[in-house]
Amino acid sequence: MNDKPTMKKTMKAILYLIPALLIIGTFSFYPIIKSFFMSFYTDYDYFKDLVFARGLDNYTFIFQDPEFWKSIQNTMIFVIGVVPLSIIISLVIATFLNQKIKFRGLFRTIYFIPFVTSVVAVSIVWRWIFHSQYGVLNYALGFLGISPIKWLSDPDWAMPSLIILAIWKGLGYNIIIFLSGLQNIDKQYYLAARIDGAGAWERFKNITVPLLSSTTFFISIVSIINSFKVFDEVFALFGGQPGPAGSAETIVYYIYNKFYGEWNFGVASAAAYVLLFIIFIFTLIQLYVGKKKVNY
Amino acid sequence: MKIQLRDITMRFDNVTAVDRLNVTIEEGTLVSLLGPSGCGKSTTLFMLAGLYQPTEGELYFGERLVNKVEPENREIGMVFQNYALYPHLTVLKNIMFPLKMAKVPKKEAEERAREMAALVQIDHLLDRKPSQLSGGQQQRVAIARALVKKPKLLLLDEPLSNLDARLRLEMREEIRRIQQEVGITTIFVTHDQEEAMSISDKVLLMKDGKGQQFSPPQDMYDYPENQFVAQFMGNPPINLLSVKLGNDLQTIVLPDTEDTYQLDSLVKSYVDSNSKLELGVRPEDFYIESDLAKAGITVEVMMVERIGRDNLLYARLGQTNLRAIVSPDVKVNQGERVKLAIRPGRTHLFDRSNGQNLLH
Repeated sequence: MNDKPTMKKTMKAILYLIPALLIIGTFSFYPIIKSFFMSFYTDYDYFKDLVFARGLDNYTFIFQDPEFWKSIQNTMIFVIGVVPLSIIISLVIATFLNQKIKFRGLFRTIYFIPFVTSVVAVSIVWRWIFHSQYGVLNYALGFLGISPIKWLSDPDWAMPSLIILAIWKGLGYNIIIFLSGLQNIDKQYYLAARIDGAGAWERFKNITVPLLSSTTFFISIVSIINSFKVFDEVFALFGGQPGPAGSAETIVYYIYNKFYGEWNFGVASAAAYVLLFIIFIFTLIQLYVGKKKVNY
Repeated sequence: MKIQLRDITMRFDNVTAVDRLNVTIEEGTLVSLLGPSGCGKSTTLFMLAGLYQPTEGELYFGERLVNKVEPENREIGMVFQNYALYPHLTVLKNIMFPLKMAKVPKKEAEERAREMAALVQIDHLLDRKPSQLSGGQQQRVAIARALVKKPKLLLLDEPLSNLDARLRLEMREEIRRIQQEVGITTIFVTHDQEEAMSISDKVLLMKDGKGQQFSPPQDMYDYPENQFVAQFMGNPPINLLSVKLGNDLQTIVLPDTEDTYQLDSLVKSYVDSNSKLELGVRPEDFYIESDLAKAGITVEVMMVERIGRDNLLYARLGQTNLRAIVSPDVKVNQGERVKLAIRPGRTHLFDRSNGQNLLH
C-alpha cells in the first residue's frame, strides 16, 4: 500500500508511539537496565545515589547463599508441578467445553472467573479451604477417611497447596486460549477421522493434540515464564510469609525479601538477573523443541 | 454391498431436509445424487456416512440395519468436498491413517498404502505434506485414504467442485477408472448434471428432499418422469410451451398462434381437455423443416449464434422464447420465419398442476 518510509511518515509514527514509549521506557526499560547495573554495585548509597564500588560480589553472595539455592529449588518444583498439570487439565476442560453441551456459556464464565479475580481475594478463600481444622478440603477428605492435613502450616504440604492454588488460578486463561485454538480446527477433520474409524480417544490423540500444538506451545511458554515469576500467590496464601520455614520461598520472593526486607538492592538485582537468565534458557529450549514439533 | 434406503426422512427442527426417500443401490454401481443446492443430497450422503441419523425410515447396508451404527463402524470411505487431509501428516501417513485406526500392523499398512498410492498415481509424492500438493493431487490422496481400508461403500461429497475445469474432467475420468478397477459401490454427490451424466451408472435426482427420478442418466435425459427432471437435465435447457390438448388426446394447440401439432402417441393417462399442459422439447430435438406441407411449428428467428459445430437458434413463438440447436447447413437469418419440426418420439407433455410426464 504505502511504499517507502519517508522522513515525514516516520516522524508521524514516532509521534503516535511516544506516549506508550515514555511509559514503557520509564517503568520497564529503565528499571531493567538500571537493575542490571545495580547488580554490580557492591558499595552504594541509596539515598544520595552514590556508588562507591562495583564488582561481582553480589553474584558470589547469592551463589553461596543456601536460601537462594533453596528458592531456586522451590521455584523449579513449583514450575514442574504447575505447568504440565495445568496444561493437561485445562486442555481436558476446554475439550469438554467445546462440545455441544447445555449452559456452555455459563460454564465458560465460571472457569474464567478465577483468572479475573484478585489473587488476594482468592487467597483468602483458599486459606479457608486449606484451613487444617475448619477447611472444606480437610472436611471432604474426612469422608474418604483421610485424617486432616496441615496444608498451610506443614512445610511438606505448603508447596502442594501453592501448586493447587496456582493451577486453579491459571485454568481460566489457559482454557480460553485452548478454546480458541479448538475452534480453529476444521470440523471436517473430525468427520474424516470418524469415517476413517477413529473413536473419540483416537480423534483426540490424532487430530486435536497435533492440530492444537501451536496453541499448546504458546501456552507452555507463557505459563513457564509466569510460573517462574510466581510471587503474589505465595505472599497472599501464607500471609506475607514464604510458607512455613521458608518451604514455599520462590526466587521472586527471595528478590522481594532482599529488596524490601533487607534493603540489599545489589543482591536483589543480581538474583533478578539470574532468574532472567534461567527463563531465557528455558524459552530457548522451548523454541528449539517447538520448531521441531510444531510444524504443519 | 447393496444399499437400501426405505422411507428415509431427515428433519432438522421443522425443516424436512429429506422426505421419504426410497432407493436401492446395487452392488458395484456408481450412483450420483444430483440436485440443486438445498435439495437434501448432502444430507442423504451424511446419513449414509452415519454423521447424521435419519429421523425416520430404515437404512440397510446389505442385510444389516445400520441406522444406529456409528460412522467408525460402517466400513465406508469418504472423500470430502475440501478433501479434509490431515495437515500435520505426510501423504503416506494420511493414507495409512485408516489402517492405523484398524490396528493393521505397521509394515502391512505401509505396503497397502503404497499400493493404493500407486493406483491413484501419487506414489512419487508420499513424503509431502498436504499443503505442498495441488488440488488434483490432494483429491487423489483423499481417494486413496478413502479406499485403503477396502471399504464396502465409497462416498464422494462434491469432490470435483474445487478443481478447475480441465482438472475436473481429468479427475472425473480418474474416479470412474478407480471405481471400476476396485469395483466398489460408490455414491457421488454433485450439483453438476453433466458430471452426473458422464460418470454414473444411475442417477438419483432430488428436489426439496424428495427423490424425483432414479434411473440411468440417459433414461433420465430421454424420459424424464416429470417437468422438474426435464428442466434440470440438459444444457441449454429444455423448451417449455404452455399448450392445450385437443379432444382426441393427440392434437396440441400451441399458445398465442393457436397452431396445432400432432403428437406421435396418445397421452398415457386421461387428462381433461381444459387442463393446462406444458409441451417440452429439447433444443437439439428441433430441426428445420423446409417442406411446408409437413407438420411443424412456425417460429420467428430472433438471433442465430454459431457455437462450435452447431447453430443455436433463438426463436419466438407468440410470447414464448425458444432455443433450438440446428445444423449449420441450413442458412437462417434473423427476422425470418422458419418451420421447426420435432424429431419423432422426442416430445414431452407435462401436466402443469403436478408436473407429471403424460407421454412416457
